[in-house]
Amino acid sequence: MSMNQTAAEEIKADSQAPAYSDNRLRHWLGSRWRPGRWVTVGLPYFWLLLFFFLPFIIVFQISLAEPQIAQPPYTALLEWVDEAVLQVRLNLGNYALVVEDELYRAAFLNSLWVGLVCTLGCLLIGYPMAYAIATAPERWRVPLLMMIILPFWTSFLIRVYAWIGILKGNGLLNNFLLALGLIDEPLAILHTQTAVYIGVVYSYLPFMVLPLYANLSRLDMTLLEAAADLGCRPWRAFLRVTLPLSLPGILAGSLLVFIPVVGEFVIPDLLGGPDSLMVGRMLWTEFFSNKDWPLASALALVLLALLVVPFVALQRWQSRLEGER
Amino acid sequence: MKTRRWPLYSLLAFGYAFLYVPVLLLVVYSFNASRLVTVWGGFSTHWYGELLNNTQILDAAWLSVRIATVNATLATVLGTLAAMALVRGGRFRGRGGFELLLTAPLVMPEVIVGLSLLLLFVAMQHSIGWPDGRGFTTITIAHITFSMAYATVVIRARLAQMDRSLEEAAMDLGARPIVVYLRITLPLIAPALLSAWLLAFTLSLDDLVIASFVAGPASTTLPMVVYSSVRLGVSPQINALASLILLFVSLAVIVAGLAMARKRD
Repeated sequence: MSMNQTAAEEIKADSQAPAYSDNRLRHWLGSRWRPGRWVTVGLPYFWLLLFFFLPFIIVFQISLAEPQIAQPPYTALLEWVDEAVLQVRLNLGNYALVVEDELYRAAFLNSLWVGLVCTLGCLLIGYPMAYAIATAPERWRVPLLMMIILPFWTSFLIRVYAWIGILKGNGLLNNFLLALGLIDEPLAILHTQTAVYIGVVYSYLPFMVLPLYANLSRLDMTLLEAAADLGCRPWRAFLRVTLPLSLPGILAGSLLVFIPVVGEFVIPDLLGGPDSLMVGRMLWTEFFSNKDWPLASALALVLLALLVVPFVALQRWQSRLEGER
Repeated sequence: MKTRRWPLYSLLAFGYAFLYVPVLLLVVYSFNASRLVTVWGGFSTHWYGELLNNTQILDAAWLSVRIATVNATLATVLGTLAAMALVRGGRFRGRGGFELLLTAPLVMPEVIVGLSLLLLFVAMQHSIGWPDGRGFTTITIAHITFSMAYATVVIRARLAQMDRSLEEAAMDLGARPIVVYLRITLPLIAPALLSAWLLAFTLSLDDLVIASFVAGPASTTLPMVVYSSVRLGVSPQINALASLILLFVSLAVIVAGLAMARKRD
């Protein structure tokens, strides 16, 4: 039916005016070509609303429930009492617990701290790399960049696993250092916070380098030449010209690292020790070991609330980038 | 302007060493004859043979590959539609929300996505009876949800750079929009579709956290098997498995990269 309509509309459009490409293009892309528009926007939108947005509402709902031993393991918020009275039971206890309990508070603070330290670590290693690639001879740039992206394609779990063999008490790093005579007894690195830092920086480095490269490769080199002509020393020119101009790239890379790291589970679980409390790990334990779904939901929502500000910043940056194009 | 480049290049080399040495060590020690992963006991392919007889790992790998294939295909289709909507759609109502929903899965901590999707599936099963049990379907749906966001990024970049004059010429010559789309637009963005498909495939093959939440007791994916065995300690079989995965992924990426480079020439 609608297809026929479109065809009819098209024939009408054809008979009315000569087919100027511009007109027809707008005709196709614009609001009048309804079926295509409905599919291109509607289908992915519907999918995301159903499987990404709606779940958060359910998480919110369950975070207000109480755990019970049943299937599903949480109480209903609305219940009919005597067929005439609708009882509403909201339990804010989960949020109170998450905010007031020392353990959870420590986990949130530590997660933010790990996010901050690792973002800085990625920046310190990633910035010189991105700068070197962006200023390398043209024909080297693509292969160098490919080498940054390649680890990103290989399994995350396996790359974290690789560090266990290296950092263990009798692992490769300790054997190496002992053989060199630099240390007398094995260093305890695995199952400490240090191992978490190493694992996170290692895993998230490409997320920092790529946006930095994208930014630095568009840097106008004539500005640096002008600075040099005017007698500015390279180091000073870097601080006064390159660094300020690359701030958007720094911001983007930092957010791409910081946001997921705060909720990281695999790395603290495999490399961290009992002291490396992180929210992602607590959420996992509450859910899988303690079967406390409402508390896990409350943890998820508080974590989400903490990440809203950096997330909005990332969104702003992206739409600005889109505007520049 | 001549500045010394070697300090910069040594930092670059250090960065690459940091990225690649752990993975190389992993591969080297998969050929270790000794059961102790960190002590070299001579060259052997023993662990690869052992791996090929491990039915638990093989079953999990087969499930993961099936999920990854379906996921990659559907995520690429949805990602193409979403990218078309964003690049060509102009302004439409709800565009801001649409972009937000497409960006959020890229950075959203996995534990949140996994938990929320599981709670959705439980609630849906409770109220409408679908999905009946959890396993292949629920894991695939969960993977499509985050993979399509990555697919959209890749395809969107390509669409935005694309030269529209060919499409316009085809329209001038009277081709119908759907024909233009199938015969001009799709072939032009084909390299991006391939990268998006491969990216979605590897993301799915790699996911532990989200799959653990939405999987049923009967369905165990490859990362779930790897995780439970890694928690018990380092094992040479996992090294062998890791090396095979690295080999396949590197080959796929290199072949795809060469294919695209040839196409560009």
